[in-house]
Amino acid sequence: MDAFDWKHLSRHGGLVAFAALLLINILITPNFLQLQTLFVNISQVATIAIVAVGMTLVIATAGIDLSVGAVMAVAGAIAPLIFLSDFAQANPSLGLFLAIVVPVLVSVVCGLFNGALVAFLGVQPIIATLIFFISGRGIAQVLTNGNLQTFTHPGFSYLGTGKILGLPFQGWLVLVIAIVVWWMANRTMFGRRILAVGGNENAARLTGTPVRRVKLGVYAISAGLSGIAGLIVVAINSASDAARIGNLMELDAIAAAVVGGTLLMGGKAPIFGAILGAVIIQLVKYTLLANGVADEVALIAKAAIIVLAVYVQQGRKE
Amino acid sequence: MQPLLKMQGIHKSFAGVAALTSAELEIAPGEVHAVIGQNGAGKSTLIKILTGVYRKDSGEVAFDGRPLHVQSPREAQDNGISTIYQELSLVPLRSVTENVIMGYEPRTALGLIDWTSAHARTREILAGFGINIDVTQALGSYSTAIQQLTAIARAVSLNARLVIMDEPTSSLDDREVETLFGVVRGLKARGVSVIYISHFLDELFQICDRATIMRDGQTVAVREIADTTKLGLIADMLGRDPEEIAAAGMTELGGGQRETGEVLLEATNLHTDRMLRDVSVTVHKGEIVGLGGLLGSGRTEAARAIFAMDRLRGGTVSTHLHPEGFSNPAEAIRGGVGFLTEDRKAEGIVPDMSVRENLTLALLPRLVRRGTIDRVREEEIVKKFVDALGIKLASIEQPIRELSGGNQQKVLLARWLALEPDLLILDEPTRGVDVGAKFEIQSIIQEYVEKGVGVLLISSEFEELVEGADRIVVLQDGVSVTELQNPGITEQALIGAIAQSHERATA
Repeated sequence: MDAFDWKHLSRHGGLVAFAALLLINILITPNFLQLQTLFVNISQVATIAIVAVGMTLVIATAGIDLSVGAVMAVAGAIAPLIFLSDFAQANPSLGLFLAIVVPVLVSVVCGLFNGALVAFLGVQPIIATLIFFISGRGIAQVLTNGNLQTFTHPGFSYLGTGKILGLPFQGWLVLVIAIVVWWMANRTMFGRRILAVGGNENAARLTGTPVRRVKLGVYAISAGLSGIAGLIVVAINSASDAARIGNLMELDAIAAAVVGGTLLMGGKAPIFGAILGAVIIQLVKYTLLANGVADEVALIAKAAIIVLAVYVQQGRKE
Repeated sequence: MQPLLKMQGIHKSFAGVAALTSAELEIAPGEVHAVIGQNGAGKSTLIKILTGVYRKDSGEVAFDGRPLHVQSPREAQDNGISTIYQELSLVPLRSVTENVIMGYEPRTALGLIDWTSAHARTREILAGFGINIDVTQALGSYSTAIQQLTAIARAVSLNARLVIMDEPTSSLDDREVETLFGVVRGLKARGVSVIYISHFLDELFQICDRATIMRDGQTVAVREIADTTKLGLIADMLGRDPEEIAAAGMTELGGGQRETGEVLLEATNLHTDRMLRDVSVTVHKGEIVGLGGLLGSGRTEAARAIFAMDRLRGGTVSTHLHPEGFSNPAEAIRGGVGFLTEDRKAEGIVPDMSVRENLTLALLPRLVRRGTIDRVREEEIVKKFVDALGIKLASIEQPIRELSGGNQQKVLLARWLALEPDLLILDEPTRGVDVGAKFEIQSIIQEYVEKGVGVLLISSEFEELVEGADRIVVLQDGVSVTELQNPGITEQALIGAIAQSHERATA
């Protein structure tokens, strides 16, 4: 009987935690049931959620991507350089288009670099992505001479402040990305192969799975999504600070994926779990801050959630 | 005499499905006792309850006359019950000494590990088994046999009174098996009891005193080995009549009676970095070609080379459709070749994936319609093979790891059959599966061969090769040395061919 309840709880642990957090907030947090609260939380969670989706795919192949924050910084540094350029001032629409597409493409290239190290040179993922984790932020700062770039650009800022049907644009973006990636992971051959590579790489190779291309693919997707997240951060702030964009994002994204039920040994890709994980982490942060608990304490609470999530996962494995 | 172990009325269910219903096991002191049964009969569950991995739902366990309640493998060990697992649970990168003393390290006065006495003790323990090796070397640098014996040495050094061996010989060659048997006899002489689990029935007659036979979660018989026959044990395991089985023959593959067709595969003078020096083999349509030889003669390596897993240093592989051979496994698969690997766990199943996903893994490219996997067709195909091969499962969405070994093997076989291959390479297709599943797998293979599929068969069981293959290519040290033709091959002839080529090599 005990065992049954435990299993039940662990399978839906994320939802239970989410419901509990909502309830606690409704009871103790002033003004929790206000649209403004919803907006703030959506816009803050969106970037973590987007990066966590990519991270989930990488972890599903038994890899890990430490470079996501650095990639965000690179994308975030390039965008203002483009839309503030003379060319973009002369061609505003094309300039805006390029300011979004080019950084994302550059991010994808960064991801291909990570993927190539892992897939072709056999470097361990944690080391391979550590390389860009260190150098990427440096590149971003070199690009901007280490300056804070501030700007006023309503078109670009829409990414961070726009609303569709009354809800923040990036909230919708998260939803679209999650649906597309979920579909890919569960309905396409590429998705199936990601899980096969993570589940048993030898078996995957022997059944004709192009293991290297699959790995290359997940790191590219992860980096591309990080690039998008980087653009959103810059758009929200109307400023680009290469030293700070996406700082510690890799840890938030990994935490969200783990809380969402991703196994670090690979073979599982719960996309919506990762979104839920991101939301839970965000809500805990918000709960503590809204109730006057210091930021530092919020970090400790975040760690506690991760420990709890891993503990529940251990229980689920048996 | 009071039994050392007495398990009675053991019940165990998993998620409502009964795995054991009133199972029993009784072991006398100093007895070597076999536990046999088909995969899924409940052997492992019973043993895991004994060793504290699982907890029983009900029933009694008495050890040395006292009730035993172990909650963990460590507790079982502390009570004198040691297990040598099928998959070695040792640490290959650490030294032999560390593996032997792990968890029970001798300490110096300062509380640090006393390496001098640790090494000395390890050397002494191993010497007791006739092994004299450098104990400071990494365990992984020694052969599987040495590793296995190290595991046994470790168990004995912990003053085990009952040692459980799960498929101990599955990765040993004949000489190593002899060494192992010596160790088992040594244990017996010291009064240690051994529970011996093996699919190789011949071994039981060499080493065991009694056998407990399990079927469908129950203990169905306990036999004195001296009073029974191999056929009798098989009949007990299957719950069938011995005469009926005898009439059917021991192998479902009929070698030497087939009309063979055009050449499907021609591999000549294969040479790789992994052992192969000069192997040539040809397979025709509708033919089973066996690869014979001892462990380490290059049989698996020849299969890997043909399937383009290992790069060729020399020689050529050509098939009727692809005269140029293949540059990777994916190409080989597209070219109509399937490869059922020897190591189900390491190279076969994706454990957390469902039976459905495992079965269609190689077939995926052909299931894609407009960018997505055609789930309707996928399920159709999976259900077709589950029915045709008699795969026992709760649902095709069940994770494959939950299936018994024989059923996993059938899923993996179906993975390749679903591709409608021209050529199947089968590496130990019936290893580690029970007798019933073995017959079934063999008759499935036979059926496909009759339809014109060519099979390259690797098997350590001489019986399977001798009766099943149309021709046997004998390998030795990475060279194909001779070829035998059925009808006319006998086990003696095969053994003779292997032995002769050895003599020739040493002469």
